[in-house]
Amino acid sequence: MARITASVYTSHVPAIGAALDLGKTHEPYWQPVFKGYEFGQQWMKDHKPDVIFLVFNDHATAFSLDMIPTFAIGTAAEYQPADEGWGPRPVPKVIGHPELASHIAQSVIQQDFDLTIVNKMDVDHGLTVPLSLMCGPQDPVKGAWPCPVIPFAVNVVQYPVPSGQRCYNLGKAIAKAVASYDEDINVHIWGTGGMSHQLQGPRAGLINKDFDNAFLDKLIHDPEAAANISHIDYVREAGSEGIELVMWLIARGAMADAAGGPRPKAVQRFYHVPASNTAVGHLILENQ
Amino acid sequence: MALDKPYLDVPGTTIFDAEQSRKGYWLNQFCMSLMKAENRERFKKDERAYLDEWAMTEEQKQAVLARDLNWCIRLGGNIYFLAKIGATDGKSFQQMAGSMTGMTEEEYRNMMVAGGRSADGNRVVGEDGDAQAHRQPQGEH
Repeated sequence: MARITASVYTSHVPAIGAALDLGKTHEPYWQPVFKGYEFGQQWMKDHKPDVIFLVFNDHATAFSLDMIPTFAIGTAAEYQPADEGWGPRPVPKVIGHPELASHIAQSVIQQDFDLTIVNKMDVDHGLTVPLSLMCGPQDPVKGAWPCPVIPFAVNVVQYPVPSGQRCYNLGKAIAKAVASYDEDINVHIWGTGGMSHQLQGPRAGLINKDFDNAFLDKLIHDPEAAANISHIDYVREAGSEGIELVMWLIARGAMADAAGGPRPKAVQRFYHVPASNTAVGHLILENQ
Repeated sequence: MALDKPYLDVPGTTIFDAEQSRKGYWLNQFCMSLMKAENRERFKKDERAYLDEWAMTEEQKQAVLARDLNWCIRLGGNIYFLAKIGATDGKSFQQMAGSMTGMTEEEYRNMMVAGGRSADGNRVVGEDGDAQAHRQPQGEH
């Protein structure tokens, strides 16, 4: 039987990808950011999953205004890094897990969540930057990510975006789906994006450390309270793009305690300001 | 009954809802086209001619030519789409975001290094924070 053993949470700032790709990780500006992921990189080596279920948002890359799925699950065999306007990131292609992805799609739709099934898409920095942060730099040709990845895209670009509560409940449905997969494999679920930031208008550059740290506290100790945060609170307190934090609740809802099991153990917590326009947050929770 | 839009009183902030999306459809689709290297080249070669291939309004075209992202957003642009214009120009996300505040690039970068813009005074229209209309444009230059 497949099982979710851990969840990973991280921001996915594009400038972090650029810093990695251009060899700037040792510059004083970037050093504190990458230091916060040294533990995670070692942890990934020590706790290598068989599959990563990676929740992220597409930034007007795979989905234009022609089609805007609220929740989209990738069931393809592989995904190419996207050209977001700067050219594609020099990172390995992402290998999918079509069997588990299709199994999760069927199970979750039967639990009343309407997923869009995607068999062809390029993946942008929302997905590749978290992989780089947790796995370190990889040769784009000879390198490979440590395991297959199931991309799960959430619309946080056009309003209305799904509520935190719906995302939390969706996480519960994903955990159920994974538990009903017959193969004995170890799955990590990642919630990415977010922490306070605003990329637009005269209020650009908003950072709210108090809100971010309270969110991290709630996410660890009282996820139901985190799920209750309303859209308008994210916008006012964490900036218009701070709404991305709802994606962390999908990963959190997939942890054992959301289904009445034991509380997870927080093995890593990191917070830093700034990376480009945003605060950077990172957590690792292990099921007990 | 009208839809609930509690986000209309957040200062210096335009939420990309269905209304904005409808208004900005072609502007944003033009931006998407810049994800192809050959389109970036064609746009750079003759911006006006390239823009004229799209069903955008004249004002949307003017806003793009002026690289005025606040103007683009008022006309239905969304920052994740508009970022493709910045990428074509070789600009970082920080340069793009900073360009909307009225600060110089250095002033904006310094604000971020110092911990970013405070939420205090910037949550609701009518407070006295630095993103409020009566404090615009920002920056000391």
